[in-house]
Amino acid sequence: MPVIPGSFNYHRPSSVHEAVALLAKLGDDGRALAGGHSLIPMMKLRLAAPANLVDLAGIADLKGIRSDGNDIVIGAMTTQHNVIESDVLAAKIPLLRETSLAIADPQVRYLGTLGGNVANGDPGNDMPAVMMCLGATYHVMGKGGERRIAAREFYQGAYFTALEAGDLLTAVRIPVPPAGHGYAYEKLKRKIGDYATAAAAVVLTTSGGKVESCSVGLTNVAETPLWAEEAAKILTGSALDAATVKKAVAAAEAITAPATDARGPAAYRTKMAGVMLTRALARAKSRIRG
Amino acid sequence: MAKSHVTMKVNGKIVDELVEPRTLLIHFLREQLMLTGPHIGCETSHCGACTVDLDGKSVKSCTVFALQANGAEIRTIEGIANADGTLHALQEGFREMHGLQCGFCTPGMITRAYRLLQENPNPSEVEIRYGISGNLCRCTGYQNIVKAIQYAAAKLTGVPFQEAAE
Repeated sequence: MPVIPGSFNYHRPSSVHEAVALLAKLGDDGRALAGGHSLIPMMKLRLAAPANLVDLAGIADLKGIRSDGNDIVIGAMTTQHNVIESDVLAAKIPLLRETSLAIADPQVRYLGTLGGNVANGDPGNDMPAVMMCLGATYHVMGKGGERRIAAREFYQGAYFTALEAGDLLTAVRIPVPPAGHGYAYEKLKRKIGDYATAAAAVVLTTSGGKVESCSVGLTNVAETPLWAEEAAKILTGSALDAATVKKAVAAAEAITAPATDARGPAAYRTKMAGVMLTRALARAKSRIRG
Repeated sequence: MAKSHVTMKVNGKIVDELVEPRTLLIHFLREQLMLTGPHIGCETSHCGACTVDLDGKSVKSCTVFALQANGAEIRTIEGIANADGTLHALQEGFREMHGLQCGFCTPGMITRAYRLLQENPNPSEVEIRYGISGNLCRCTGYQNIVKAIQYAAAKLTGVPFQEAAE
């Protein structure tokens, strides 16, 4: 098993403009390097052998977390560690901190980035389903300038996304959920550092004891992350009573299509997606304030 | 492939070397700088034996290219001891609490714990266990590793170390 990556040329642009021009010129021969914790392992296994790496670490504009009206905009090179440490995210979108803490281990989180996690297209990544749950939008810079793509429309298949050769995902824009909302990310994994056997993200608000709004994302139970629209519809207006939760869980399980792999047979992983959703709903409900 | 210059500060000393872009930081440290304290374990960013401190972050140096560390400040296990040559509180803790058996994971464990204690000088047992969750000990001596870190935390914050009952 080779553990030394193939040869490549290394580029370190200092602006988004320069990076996009480079990526456009290199086309399929170039790959953007963010934290490297998905790409470098793939390169060691020679599953990826880009002739050129464009390291984004020198681009200041890709870092940082800022408020913009009712949205929070997070630069693509913001690390999972930065997400965990952010007071503004802890106060406004605590689901992100909970998710980051479930990713890999401390060393990986110091370097692994939010942008890399959402742009990679690996169904095992945790942030994509969370972004679908939150209704996030991705800022993408390409040859034709900037465009914005909804997370719910971004994922097309395992490692296939709406990104085209030469595109760079520069930021993630998330509408801040109402103050006091309930949230949870429940992830079943075999050990720390593992990808999910199944995981569920939930955001919900209530009014007079009834669910006013609800959104559900599912991780690693299909070729893409899933937005469980039907399950959320069933829950909306209910008091999260056991019978309604059961119906919603069945609707969520129905859209899964997991692979049978070392994490378990497909049927088991579908059921675990349901169990994670049940737990996430209970925890989200317990966290609602006001 | 053409080599490029890298400059970094390693254990307080400026180094300037030529590397291939594909050279991983762990290979650069071990084979060019002869710093063989950071170990090569799994080479798949799981085991943490190659952990070094890079600009105030614990990183797995098998999953970083040397060129990515250009301009960085790095500390390896070779740079952990006190300036006067005495053992750092963590090294002392690992000795006193029998925090190692075969010793293979120890450089990574100590280097990781060094950063953990910088960020959280008084961690709970649970925080220590999560803090070192990216480091594997195949002798599975975690109990004493946790005690060694507790010992060091107590020493560095100037409180008497009390070993918890088993």
